[in-house]
Amino acid sequence: MKRPGEKIIEKILALSGMVTILTTIGIIWVLVSESWGFFSEIPLSAFLFDTEWTPLFAQKRYGILPLLSGTLLTTLIAILTALPLGIIIAVYLSEYADKDFRRTVKPALEILAAVPTVVYGFFALTVVTPFLQTFIPGLGTFNALSAGLVMGIMIIPVVSSLSEDALYAVPKSLREASYGMGATTFQTSFKVVVPAASSGILVSVILAIARAIGETMVVAIAAGQQPTLTLDPRDAVETITAYIVQVSMGDVQHGTMEYKTIFAAGATLFVFTFLLNNVSFWIKKKYQEKYE
Amino acid sequence: MSNNDLNRLFDKAFKYVGICCTFFGLVMLVIFIANILMDGLQRIDWDFLTNLPSRRAEKAGILTAWTGTAWILGLTAIISIPLGVAAGIYLQEYGKKNRFAYIVELNIANLAGVPSVIYGLLGLEIFVRTLQFGGSLLAGAFTLALLILPIIIVATREALKAVPNSLREASYGMGATKWQTIWYQILPAASGGILTGIILALSRAVGETAPLIVIGALAYVPFVAQHPMDEFTVLPIQIFNWVSRPQPAFLVNGAAAIVILLILTFVMNGVAVYLRNKWQKKISW
Repeated sequence: MKRPGEKIIEKILALSGMVTILTTIGIIWVLVSESWGFFSEIPLSAFLFDTEWTPLFAQKRYGILPLLSGTLLTTLIAILTALPLGIIIAVYLSEYADKDFRRTVKPALEILAAVPTVVYGFFALTVVTPFLQTFIPGLGTFNALSAGLVMGIMIIPVVSSLSEDALYAVPKSLREASYGMGATTFQTSFKVVVPAASSGILVSVILAIARAIGETMVVAIAAGQQPTLTLDPRDAVETITAYIVQVSMGDVQHGTMEYKTIFAAGATLFVFTFLLNNVSFWIKKKYQEKYE
Repeated sequence: MSNNDLNRLFDKAFKYVGICCTFFGLVMLVIFIANILMDGLQRIDWDFLTNLPSRRAEKAGILTAWTGTAWILGLTAIISIPLGVAAGIYLQEYGKKNRFAYIVELNIANLAGVPSVIYGLLGLEIFVRTLQFGGSLLAGAFTLALLILPIIIVATREALKAVPNSLREASYGMGATKWQTIWYQILPAASGGILTGIILALSRAVGETAPLIVIGALAYVPFVAQHPMDEFTVLPIQIFNWVSRPQPAFLVNGAAAIVILLILTFVMNGVAVYLRNKWQKKISW
């Protein structure tokens, strides 16, 4: 028995799936068309190599480097925080902890990812920065260090959760062989299990980097809003995302250069996260083939 | 000390290092929440919930912010739930093998990694400008709906995947069509899992700040939104606005508003976890 409605329903459902494709097309179209207007006025070489970003001042310069350095600096600090912690947590939960502990702690760690990011920004500004100021003389109210550290805490679950899944998926026989040779749990974990799960761990790290690059509110609140070409973590910096927010807080008219700059900045950001996501996707696919 | 002893020492030491690291993040969270409660709790009273924003910190309230958040939550749910669940059903039950479904799947994986601020740029150009919604609740809800769509789709698929095939076969055996099987058998069986995913996605939408700032949600709105086309603010933006000011009195307001936002987020997450556990216990296929 085939009812005529069946086909129509299937079409409607497929259309809903189409919405996600339209979203991607929309994002790319919006970024490209508005950036097009930007690059018709500013040469690409000036955008890439000029060392100053001052579209909001009288003396306008459009070099993305200060925003990039701000983004990379905060991301680097975040990853240096989240990577060791996340991997140690993953190894501990997967290789050392008993089942009940693992089952309670894993969801508890996910709470870190559920807290709204604006709240982390408040944390960085009102708790972490004053604490750092007690032993780092001359640290300003806004600095890359505090924002990066807090972002690192925020993305711990990204690293720990995905890495733990990868470690847990390593076949038992590998561990047993290692124990049979007289190795301790520590040796087995770091010389056998971690290398065997390395691609999965790599994926978790790449996704954490992508997350840190795209993070907005923590840096907008705690890292400052001064585009500075620096790699000193004590300096106030502005990230790409923070710039977009800064401009959006004001009243930006369509067609103005300010309006176009946020799309050019957004396009730059999109290129980075798109590449990182696809690399992680590619590694994941290769790795799955290896195991199945 | 022999090499062997050293290895044992490392092994023992790592147990403690591991425990410390595991609790580090949680301890930070506890310190932080305690800090917020100390700052903010004294500020929360009936007036704080029912006052309009003000230039004077001690008179300012979050009425426009929390009503805006409630509006956004409702509208985003209305837009994203049917779309997300329908797309999830299509991918899991219909399009398993075809090329279109593969592209959609790849695409969803990519969308999940797009920074939220980029969705703001999309919303600004499409909903605010092209469709002429302006910086309204509707523009904000559409933007956030697109943002959380991948989460709802993935959750729907996972829930449908967990329903055993025997249920489908029994339904087909009774002469039901594919859609009848999905509507009367599969969806009810998967509803707990789908609901969990929806609540988690909506809690994400409630905490989002950046995309709404980009589409032009205002920090200062002197009236309560009455209509989907009204201008609006939400709790996270109000918090951002207060935190950005130099006066300490506004920081206290920010802490108080954070307490409200955290209660909302944790309640939503708690309900989601409760539903998931209940659902997992109920189905022991």
